[in-house]
Amino acid sequence: MTSLLDHLTVLPILLPLATGALMLMLDDRQRVTKAFINVFATALLVFLSVAMVIRAANPADLLAVSYPLGNWPVPFGIVLVADRLSAMMVLLTSVLGLSALVYSLARWHAAGPNFHTLFQFLLMGLNGAFLTGDIFNLFVFFEVMLAASYGLALHGLGLARIKAGLHYVAVNLGASFLFLIGAALIYGVTGTLNMADLAAKVATIPELDRGLLEAGAAFLGLAFLLKAGMWPLGFWLPTTYAAATAPVAAMFAIMTKVGIYAVLRLSTLAFGIEAGASAGLGQTVLQLGGMATIAFGAVGILAAQTTGRLAGYCVLVSSGTLLAAIGMGNAFVTGGALYYLVISTLAVSAFFLIVELLERIRIAGADVLAITLEAYGDDEEETENDEVGLAIPGALAVLGICFSICVLLLAGLPPLAGFLGKFAIISALFNPQGLTEIAPITPAAWWLAGLMIFAGFAALVALTRTGISTFWATMSDTPAPVRVIEIAPILLLLGLTVVMTVMAGPVMDYMYITAENLHAPAIEIGNILATPLVVEVAP
Amino acid sequence: MELILAIGIGVLTSCGVYLMLRPRTFQVIIGLSLLSYAVNLFIFAMGRLKTGAAPVTASGAIDPTQFTDPVPQALVLTAIVIGFAMTALFLVVMLAARGVTGTDHVDGREQR
Repeated sequence: MTSLLDHLTVLPILLPLATGALMLMLDDRQRVTKAFINVFATALLVFLSVAMVIRAANPADLLAVSYPLGNWPVPFGIVLVADRLSAMMVLLTSVLGLSALVYSLARWHAAGPNFHTLFQFLLMGLNGAFLTGDIFNLFVFFEVMLAASYGLALHGLGLARIKAGLHYVAVNLGASFLFLIGAALIYGVTGTLNMADLAAKVATIPELDRGLLEAGAAFLGLAFLLKAGMWPLGFWLPTTYAAATAPVAAMFAIMTKVGIYAVLRLSTLAFGIEAGASAGLGQTVLQLGGMATIAFGAVGILAAQTTGRLAGYCVLVSSGTLLAAIGMGNAFVTGGALYYLVISTLAVSAFFLIVELLERIRIAGADVLAITLEAYGDDEEETENDEVGLAIPGALAVLGICFSICVLLLAGLPPLAGFLGKFAIISALFNPQGLTEIAPITPAAWWLAGLMIFAGFAALVALTRTGISTFWATMSDTPAPVRVIEIAPILLLLGLTVVMTVMAGPVMDYMYITAENLHAPAIEIGNILATPLVVEVAP
Repeated sequence: MELILAIGIGVLTSCGVYLMLRPRTFQVIIGLSLLSYAVNLFIFAMGRLKTGAAPVTASGAIDPTQFTDPVPQALVLTAIVIGFAMTALFLVVMLAARGVTGTDHVDGREQR
């Protein structure tokens, strides 16, 4: 226990904490130094999380999966768990973080004070929430993440951001109190806050206390679903995301996934098949709520008047799909959903970054697009005749290609990975026992498949309309002022989805094994409860 | 004792929820504060009520019924700190909204 890599599990939390604290000491005038430190730390974080995913795929010993913080024995101390799901989410966070950060260096990081510090604290909160195996510690990391996100949502100020920020803070403060009530109820009934210990105790709860435990779980679920933006808890989401600056919105794309991760983690761990009378708690709520979210998001996509809001509704559709898929409680569906989770997060993130560049190249007034234009007719034919024969500038071509890739991913069309993700979910819905066995298809499966296809269609219609009005109808005379460090992160994110399309086999295998482990948690519960101490102490 | 605490938490919660749903930012922040008191008392109550018992357990063989549960007290301490910090942060956003929009309505404009 001397090598730093033995403590790999805790490093994705400590590194952003130390970096953020260090940058707090630098004055904001030393912005270039801060930017260098931040990029270096975030790149290091990407390497650490890659190492973590590799280790989680082939754990060498028990300490590789769970790590007792402060050398306190489980279940009395806080334990960090870096299993396949957590490691994957941390990797996703760090990749998004690096892209959003590089993008912000073009101009946004200079729009207000302490951007870099808040950014690192947001990464710390996200990584901590993904890694912790303790309910109250999850609350603390949620608050770290939220506190940083309040600052980042207001970054750049302006009327729209302050108005949206006020609602965002109030709603999430309310959610935090629900979280606390839920955690306290669960502690009051089971006497533990450790998730694995809780899972081991759920089946043996006396019948009289079961109602209280389930109420506690429902309170926790409300707090998580509010973060995930499930209908009717997600009305704050499109406004806040559309008002935030582009790199911040790109990071926020994963914050809804924290809620989904927490729902997935607790529902499979504590309320899986081994939970006795409480097995499958809340699955109907997840199914119905998820489907309602997809429907609401799809209608929102069609009705959105600005591209920023459109992207916000895409987040809702992605959340709804994932929640409904998790509600099915089937390992195959969950496997497909995990693949879809990664793809949709990368795609939405890239889309938030592209939206800002689109706003720059389109002429004024094109924001009130689509419905209004179609209702009153497009009278701009005359003015655009002088553009005939104008060569398309290189930047615009790259931007157009990136936009088309985003459309394919968000609408779920072949040949890209958005299609593969949706296909994996729908295929598993129709073959719940695997491809070799014929099983009856539930009505919920039909509804979910239909809604997913409808949402894809809605996204296709709305995004095509945006694309036409941006790239064809309203091209401005001057070439788009797009810098390399703005387009490079988008290319990185979209490139990763292309890699995930080509390497779909191995990636899917990883997801399916992850889902199987999630739905059969007995081994992992045993492993976590048997976590060895980092340093043995004499009794 | 249990009844008084339960009624106290209930009154604080109902007042907090009512104020949180009001249209003025000042009412919202007072509502959030009341709600956080209610939640803190609730966490405390989850450790079961005991009067005159020490929270710290001694070493060696002890009878746990003679002590109060120290975990909820630690949780409450954390929750108080976090709740207080978040309320202060909300206050800043509230003042910024008041300054920029010129009204203390939560939507940034008076209802017509």
